[in-house]
Amino acid sequence: MLDDFMVRAALGGMGVALAAAPLGCFVVWRRMAYFGESTAHAALLGVSLSLMFEFSVFLGAIFVSLLMTSLVTLAQGRSLFLDTLLGVAGHMSLATGLVVVSFISGVRIELMAYLIGDILSVSKTDILLIWIGLVIVFVLLFWRWSALLLCTLNEDLAASSGLNPKRETYALTIGLAIVVAVGIKVVGVLLIISMLIIPAASARSLVSTPEKMAVFASLIGMLSAILGLNASYVFDTPTGPSIVCVASLIFIITLVLSFFAEQFSAVIKNKKES
Amino acid sequence: MLIEIQNLNVAYGRKKVLENVTLTLSKNEIVTIVGPNGSGKTTLFKAIIGSIPIKSGSVVIKQNLKIGYVPQLLNIDRSLPLTVERFLKLAKNRNDQGFLRAQQILDSDDLLSSQISNLSAGQLQRVLLGHALMNEPDVLLLDEATRGLDQPGSAAFYKKIEEIRETTGCAILMISHDLHVVMGASNRVICLNGHICCQGEPKSVAASPEYASMFGSKVEGTLALYHHNHSHEGKGA
Repeated sequence: MLDDFMVRAALGGMGVALAAAPLGCFVVWRRMAYFGESTAHAALLGVSLSLMFEFSVFLGAIFVSLLMTSLVTLAQGRSLFLDTLLGVAGHMSLATGLVVVSFISGVRIELMAYLIGDILSVSKTDILLIWIGLVIVFVLLFWRWSALLLCTLNEDLAASSGLNPKRETYALTIGLAIVVAVGIKVVGVLLIISMLIIPAASARSLVSTPEKMAVFASLIGMLSAILGLNASYVFDTPTGPSIVCVASLIFIITLVLSFFAEQFSAVIKNKKES
Repeated sequence: MLIEIQNLNVAYGRKKVLENVTLTLSKNEIVTIVGPNGSGKTTLFKAIIGSIPIKSGSVVIKQNLKIGYVPQLLNIDRSLPLTVERFLKLAKNRNDQGFLRAQQILDSDDLLSSQISNLSAGQLQRVLLGHALMNEPDVLLLDEATRGLDQPGSAAFYKKIEEIRETTGCAILMISHDLHVVMGASNRVICLNGHICCQGEPKSVAASPEYASMFGSKVEGTLALYHHNHSHEGKGA
């Protein structure tokens, strides 16, 4: 079964979507979209370094993005805001990564695969890595869920109940680095942030609790992966962007639906009152 | 003694925020901290809950002391769906008795299923207080809990705090702007402006020259306003 490239692609796509969606909820709640974006940019430097020195692309991406985000978090607040520092460090990594790649002969064509992903070439090892990453992210989130929510709501409130907000937040940083690393093969560093935030944003209007939002985001993410994969097969379009297009379409549909649902409930409320 | 702070010094970089603060809190006590903006009130709270490093001195918390913390506000925007009930149940070490207390504070069962982002300022304050009661705390820390409430709203809120003290015996340490409203309830008032300027019973603090110089003539203005509201209510009833 795993010998079929479409099956491998589906397993890889679903794995990434599943890992990204619940983590993406925190990215949305904590307004970390730019943080995620910069993590992804930093990962490209990791990719080029691992191509140059011939070690695992996956480990290279995790290592460099964690290093970049940790340094930025440490330097934050001295004289520049996190936002600016992230912009500098993220793009510096991206640019350096692109320059480094140009020194390696024969990789120039392959670079596109890391920017927008190449899900159809996902190997059995890649699938294993993706699902290991997924398990780590899930364990991290299940274990720290309430603590992370409390830290998101108010750090002092969390500290007063014995939590260490900085450490909890770092768990998210690690989760992000893992998702970015496993997502490179599937949607690439330029699009991985969309797998984090689009399903979460689509789920928002459908739910009333944070847990339901994570579940719905995961379902929407997986649906996008499957539909996007099929669409790219039928229309012969690049797969990563196709998955993101489907996710965006779902987002627009939920946005329109929730708009009409609000109008509708307002009308009913007015009728009841009059 | 529940909390014992000795000669506490805290600094952010080179800027001294707290200097030689000594403060104790015992069972059943209500202590109110007043002081202008930037006087280190919130920093003092952060030192108690251990979220900032202290430069020198000591903060001793009784072993296994359960703290209920009421923050000024929540960083919640509409992207985070959260019902009041779910928020209450996020509290660590909560128990059923605590949940009952929290529900009494909410005063309404409908509130449990409401979204936090849709609450009014008064409702949110009740929810935050309810959250702090979920673990049946020995100490309640209130950080300007009446921010955004009008005078009668604050008065009602402080009445609730007094009730909690009476029914649970829990000690209360609060930061407040409106000394005149909390006056009756507090055992002790501490004027903080980096260091402790003066402290004692509410009436003696209100009469002290240090307090007057800290708040200036503004104090009399707000006091007068408060009395006005009160007599207005009296006429209506």
